[in-house]
Amino acid sequence: MLEIRNLKVKAGGKEILRGINLKVNVGEVHSIMGPNGSGKSTLAQVLAGRETYEVTEGEVWYDGKNLLEMAPEDRAREGIFMAFQYPVEIPGVSNLYFLRSALNAIRKHRGLDEFDAMDFLTLAKEKMGLLRVDENLMSRPVNEGFSGGEKKRNEIFQMAILEPRLAILDETDSGLDIDALRIVAEGVNSLRGKERAIIVVTHYQRLLNYIIPDYVHVLSEGRIVRSGGKHLALELEDKGYSWLEEAEPKRVQVV
Amino acid sequence: MVTETREIENLASQEYKYGFYTPIEAESVPPGLNEEIIRMISAKKNEPEWLLEWRLRAYRHWLTMSEPTWGNVHYPPIDYQNIVYYSAPKTQKDGPKSLDEVDPELLETYKKLGIPLEEQEMLAGVAVDAVFDSVSVATTFKEKLAELGIIFCSFSEAVQNHPDLVRKYLGSVVPYSDNFFATLNSAVFTDGSFAYVPKGVRCPMELSTYFRINAAKTGQFERTLIIADDNSYVSYLEGCTAPMRDENQLHAAVVELIAHDNAEIKYSTIQNWYPGDSEGKGGIYNFVTKRGKCLGVNSKISWTQVETGSAITWKYPGCILQGDNSIGEFYSVAMTRGRQQADTGTKMIHIGRNTRSTVVSKGISAGYGQNTYRGLVKILRSADKARNYTQCDSLLLGDKCGAHTFPYIEIKNSSAQMEHEASTSKIGEDQIFYCRQRGLSAEDAVSMIVNGFCKQVFKELPMEFAVEAQKLLSVSLEGSVG
Ligand SMILES: Nc1ncnc2c1ncn2[C@@H]1O[C@H](COP(=O)(O)OP(=O)(O)OP(=O)(O)O)[C@@H](O)[C@H]1O
Ligand SMILES: [Mg+2]
Repeated sequence: MLEIRNLKVKAGGKEILRGINLKVNVGEVHSIMGPNGSGKSTLAQVLAGRETYEVTEGEVWYDGKNLLEMAPEDRAREGIFMAFQYPVEIPGVSNLYFLRSALNAIRKHRGLDEFDAMDFLTLAKEKMGLLRVDENLMSRPVNEGFSGGEKKRNEIFQMAILEPRLAILDETDSGLDIDALRIVAEGVNSLRGKERAIIVVTHYQRLLNYIIPDYVHVLSEGRIVRSGGKHLALELEDKGYSWLEEAEPKRVQVV
Repeated sequence: MVTETREIENLASQEYKYGFYTPIEAESVPPGLNEEIIRMISAKKNEPEWLLEWRLRAYRHWLTMSEPTWGNVHYPPIDYQNIVYYSAPKTQKDGPKSLDEVDPELLETYKKLGIPLEEQEMLAGVAVDAVFDSVSVATTFKEKLAELGIIFCSFSEAVQNHPDLVRKYLGSVVPYSDNFFATLNSAVFTDGSFAYVPKGVRCPMELSTYFRINAAKTGQFERTLIIADDNSYVSYLEGCTAPMRDENQLHAAVVELIAHDNAEIKYSTIQNWYPGDSEGKGGIYNFVTKRGKCLGVNSKISWTQVETGSAITWKYPGCILQGDNSIGEFYSVAMTRGRQQADTGTKMIHIGRNTRSTVVSKGISAGYGQNTYRGLVKILRSADKARNYTQCDSLLLGDKCGAHTFPYIEIKNSSAQMEHEASTSKIGEDQIFYCRQRGLSAEDAVSMIVNGFCKQVFKELPMEFAVEAQKLLSVSLEGSVG
């Protein structure tokens, strides 16, 4: 579904990703871990199409399409969703209105009928119940004045509505209390399935108790320095990243 | 980032939907301004002697004045002798008695503008007065309103049929000597709307005037007078468009509002005069004086304006808060793009006790647009416990445009409470990206963010108008990205 080959990325004149290789198949959940500043968010944002970053080398294929040539909105319409590490506030625009517009843009792209306000509300209510999202938040402007945890939960709510094929969650667990963490994980797990794939960026093993990954990758200084199964996360928690830095960085490919 | 910024700046060639011209036979006076022309206009309108005298006094005063230069706007000198001060569709000489007498060409024009004048086709709940160049061509729902004693007609008709009311209130809020453009208007005004809502009546429908400049080289000088008697309420809407032309056209209107005891007037404007092309060629000079007087106790006047058109906008709808406990409000969205310039804001003059005013101004600049907020809050000695809240936000799209804020505050009474908030922000690349990541096009993202920015003002507009305003803003932003 997704194949990243030797991806190199620069921002502000600095090389941040230095040759990433990663293959994600349909139905898989991959977790990306790594120290602060190692390039995890950069990778997520580049996959989503952020133009602040300059791709200097490499390629990314998504469902047989050259992803790097697609506009961010086309990537979204083709099923890529990124939950932001720092969700953005849009004053004056209600959450529900925003999300309905987004859903309709995606549906239109896929040749489906657009949802009217009533149909959408029904759908939104269902997902709100599922993720236990406060209804009041929905009529408020997008993320404006939301607490850190509320913002993160809102990202997952959006994901639940938009039903992406490839979801990239950038530290969605940070700032969540235990209950919220469980609810968010349930939301993610409910999306898990044959037709989708999920990439979870996280610092904590904690989340991976709920969302059990098929693969764990460790990113360090712009490279994937280690890949393994779910046990790698436990090992990391135990020994810290320095344990890896002693090891020789090598290119790992997961098939 | 680089591409996004460039996209935002790329404000080239949005289309102006209303730029067509109606080929219709017009009757006009020769260009130029002198006492002869004024007498001619007055005679054409069959005006009483006192009104002609008033015009002439204004004209003579105008000769002693010079054009103001304090505005943060720039334009070549206007040749007042090269303007036609009166132009009327020929068939309309005596004014139509009913819609059947209105030239079908004109009805077609308004239909094209989205304003059907046939009553059965109209939105129920909106009575329309249509002003085409210098004259009013149709006023709808007149009879229905008359049953309630509400007078809603063209200014010319009011002069003929309700001269006492006109004489009593004309110039009572904006005296003929007020300022250069208002004085010019007083000398040469041709038509406009008049509304009177009697004591205790709540006007059951929106009153609306639709202004259209059609003829070339013609100035439009309309005069609007609205009086809300004790315990009455009226909501009034105003919309404006003009054909696309290479030369600039002057629009110098005057609006006077009077609210008596416990009366409320809500005045909403969507101004979409032709803004000129992307190089700044052509467009309307919109130099307008609008003022309301809260004459009675507990009276209230609200101005809501959405200014998207005109090459230059220069207007400060204000309130004189004379009655105790009276309330003045000003909600404004002003958008400049291309080479547009706007210098707009409000004047709140507190005279009575416990008077309150609220000012919310949202300026949006794109392209090379220059947007200035200029507002005066004046609290006189007599205004015990006056309160003002001012909020002034600017949004920049791109980095060649500008936003400027000039708040003036004069306080003569120490019991006054003032609150002022101001902000300037650039439309965030991160906001646009967030929207695009969710599947919205860059264009829809900008339009959504801008509309969100204006929300506080749009919610003050009557429902249909709010929808209209949002669409207008989106159309204006077309081509601003992508
Ligand atoms: N636009 C930019 N200009 C310059 N440097 C940048 C830019 N964006 C990111 N960086 C740098 O690239 C590096 C990687 O950042 P990134 O946000 O991808 O890290 P991360 O792995 O997500 O870290 P964290 O765990 O703290 O979220 C950091 O050193 C950061 O400062
Ligand atoms: Mg990060």
